[in-house]
Amino acid sequence: MQDLAVSFDLTIAWALLLAFSVYVYVVLDGFDLGIGILYPLFRKKSDRDLMMNSVAPVWDGNETWLVLGGGGLFAAFPMAYAILMPALYPPIIAMLLALVFRGVAFEFRWRAASRRSEIFWDGAFIGGSTVAALSQGIVLGAILQGVEVDGRAYGGGWWDWLTPFTMLTGVAVVAGYAFLGACWLNWKLEGAIQHRVRSLARVFGIVTLGFIGAVSLATPFLEAAYFDRWFGWPEILWVSPVPIAVAVITLILARSLTTHGRDWVPFVLALALFLLCFIGLGVSMWPYIIPTEVTIWDAASPYKSQLFMFVGAAVLVPVILAYTAYAYWVFRGKMDPDEGYH
Amino acid sequence: METFLGFEAVMLARIQFGFTVAFHFIFPAFTIGLASYLAVLNAMYLRTRDETYLKLFNYWVKIFAVSFAMGVVSGIVMSYQFGTNWSVFSDRAGPVIGPLMAYEVLTAFFLEAGFLGIMLFGRSRVGPGLHMLATLMVAVGTAISATWILSVNSWMHTPAGFTVGENGQYLPENWLEIIFNPSFPYRLAHTLTAAYLTTAFIVGGVGAWHLLKGRYGNMGVRRMFSMAMWMIAVTAPLQIVLGHEHGLNTYEYQPTKVLAMEGHFQSYEDGEGIPLILFGIPDQEAGEMRYAVEIPKIGGPILNKGWNDGMAGLDTVPDELEPPVAMVFWSFRIMVGIGFLMLGAGLWGLWARWRGQLYEQTWLHRAMLAMGPSGLVAVIAGWITTEVGRQPYVIYGEMLTADAASPIAASAVGASLIAFIVIYFAVFGAGVVYLLRLMGKPPKRSEDDARDIDGPIRTAGIMPGAQSPAE
Repeated sequence: MQDLAVSFDLTIAWALLLAFSVYVYVVLDGFDLGIGILYPLFRKKSDRDLMMNSVAPVWDGNETWLVLGGGGLFAAFPMAYAILMPALYPPIIAMLLALVFRGVAFEFRWRAASRRSEIFWDGAFIGGSTVAALSQGIVLGAILQGVEVDGRAYGGGWWDWLTPFTMLTGVAVVAGYAFLGACWLNWKLEGAIQHRVRSLARVFGIVTLGFIGAVSLATPFLEAAYFDRWFGWPEILWVSPVPIAVAVITLILARSLTTHGRDWVPFVLALALFLLCFIGLGVSMWPYIIPTEVTIWDAASPYKSQLFMFVGAAVLVPVILAYTAYAYWVFRGKMDPDEGYH
Repeated sequence: METFLGFEAVMLARIQFGFTVAFHFIFPAFTIGLASYLAVLNAMYLRTRDETYLKLFNYWVKIFAVSFAMGVVSGIVMSYQFGTNWSVFSDRAGPVIGPLMAYEVLTAFFLEAGFLGIMLFGRSRVGPGLHMLATLMVAVGTAISATWILSVNSWMHTPAGFTVGENGQYLPENWLEIIFNPSFPYRLAHTLTAAYLTTAFIVGGVGAWHLLKGRYGNMGVRRMFSMAMWMIAVTAPLQIVLGHEHGLNTYEYQPTKVLAMEGHFQSYEDGEGIPLILFGIPDQEAGEMRYAVEIPKIGGPILNKGWNDGMAGLDTVPDELEPPVAMVFWSFRIMVGIGFLMLGAGLWGLWARWRGQLYEQTWLHRAMLAMGPSGLVAVIAGWITTEVGRQPYVIYGEMLTADAASPIAASAVGASLIAFIVIYFAVFGAGVVYLLRLMGKPPKRSEDDARDIDGPIRTAGIMPGAQSPAE
């Protein structure tokens, strides 16, 4: 019994750690994918150079959290990984190929010999960032609406993931990332271009909130379990702080984007908004990893595997956070248009 | 069984995995060695304050950045390929190999990615000491990454330290036995050395190109060529020894693979001795080597057997457990052939250096230019040898590849395979063009080698000389 209690805790710990790395991925790669989504709105080469340079030193580290998310799922919940990847095959492959385009664009753009090929890699950056964000949103929606499970494998068809709800979540994530990107640029840029990204942040802020509202309203009607979680009694007492906090953050965010305060404030508030959305997702899904078929305990890898990794993760994740924070600190402050190694 | 262009889903999944991992492998095979080379260049610059090292660092770091970006994006694909195309394998082997891959992310990927930005952009922001540390962390990260992933790969060849659970999952019993499984130390040493050789030949090839272009006076060109030739002289012979040891280890744990590599369809009686088959046309259906060119008897001592010992051949292995012999036989020959050419290049370089003609022997430069990509070819050939040689198993002796694939329609796997092929060739093709363009330009000249501008000069007379701050 003692052993069972310990492994019980470890599975929850792994679920939390995975949720944490997905959250970190979403907000970090979210803002640098967002820059790609905002790219078409900026035509001047010097503006685009600045925008890309503001994330050039950190995008690779940001994307590593996606590998931890995938690798962690594989290691801690191999059954869920084995069911979800085939179920979400088309959007996952699309996301990977999109990330190939936008990842190489960071380097290739500077190596392009002609204006034409530079425009091509700008297009790759825009298309790659947008398709990656859209695919991630679709993946999120598809997990929320549930996938068909047959034994230890996926039991559904190839287009099950494609529904109006997943289209909604897909577009919502594109808008949300654009909002994060605009808030990041508001922090990192100055002068006329900062003025522009600030107004874009307001626009995408409103759009993002609209999508958060739409997804939040649609979700409880996907599954009876979600509905009870949000509207049942006494559950509503426990979960109501989430929407209330969203409202409060929204008000502060609106203030920070309309009055002149510190430039990092909107970005941090945007992170908080995403965190609340994330908590909301957790509230809906708990304790399922594939709603409403597979719980985290069904999918968990054996105690020995989870323990072996957890010892390392407990030490290494704080170390990683420390040197990641250091890397951000090194490149702190407003962008200098004359700096860059290219 | 549903097919796509005549292929079944499992075959398409194999082609897709092989294609994406072969493309991916090219970049780390180069960047593992290049990261270490950059760390050495930076350290030498800080130690000697010789501007040539700094210029070489700045030259190769741009090439590194482009290659590394391609390695990263093609690597992210790999971390999801296990689940998309090999979900049954992922579910069953996840408890054993998943944690090793998680450790790769935690100990290597974050380290590389976290310090890469500082290495590329941060020299003026953090100062020379921390910049050196960042460069070193990137180099260490690439090696740690190789260590974990080769441990995973080795476990699939020589599984150890596990039990099989009721649900069919492989369950960890002893982590040390899993990580340090029998083929791991050999594979790690052989593959890391291959990465260093690959980089040395690319650096040497680029140096040779500029020497052939008449840039004898560029100190950066001379030094990169010289450093590469030293590296090759040391690692090429070492690699042959390590490869041989790895082969012996494979013979112990995966004898059918070695039989396919050596092309031994037939068994040999005790007293008969084992020939070494140099060339031939493997005919797997008939179970014989056609037109075999062989040296009698010396096959035994190569496998640590006596001159007259016999050996059981592939004729003792059930047909369905034989790997595709021709592919293994030929890819092995390509790898070994290149290995001996590399040894020759190393010796030639030593001889030219001894004669004081390292920068003057045009034929050496031509040979080195031709061999620039030889490391990449050898790495891919070696990888095909070991992976195809493991067939029909995905986990040797435990799980068949045919049982490992995702329940995905052949059309879905085929369509994504075509997308991967088209996009990889387009994107990485463009990347290779950019790399070649960067390599085609010589490193910046420092003022102090301007005096050497007019043609060949005997190396014996060249001293770095007094340094003046360049640029």
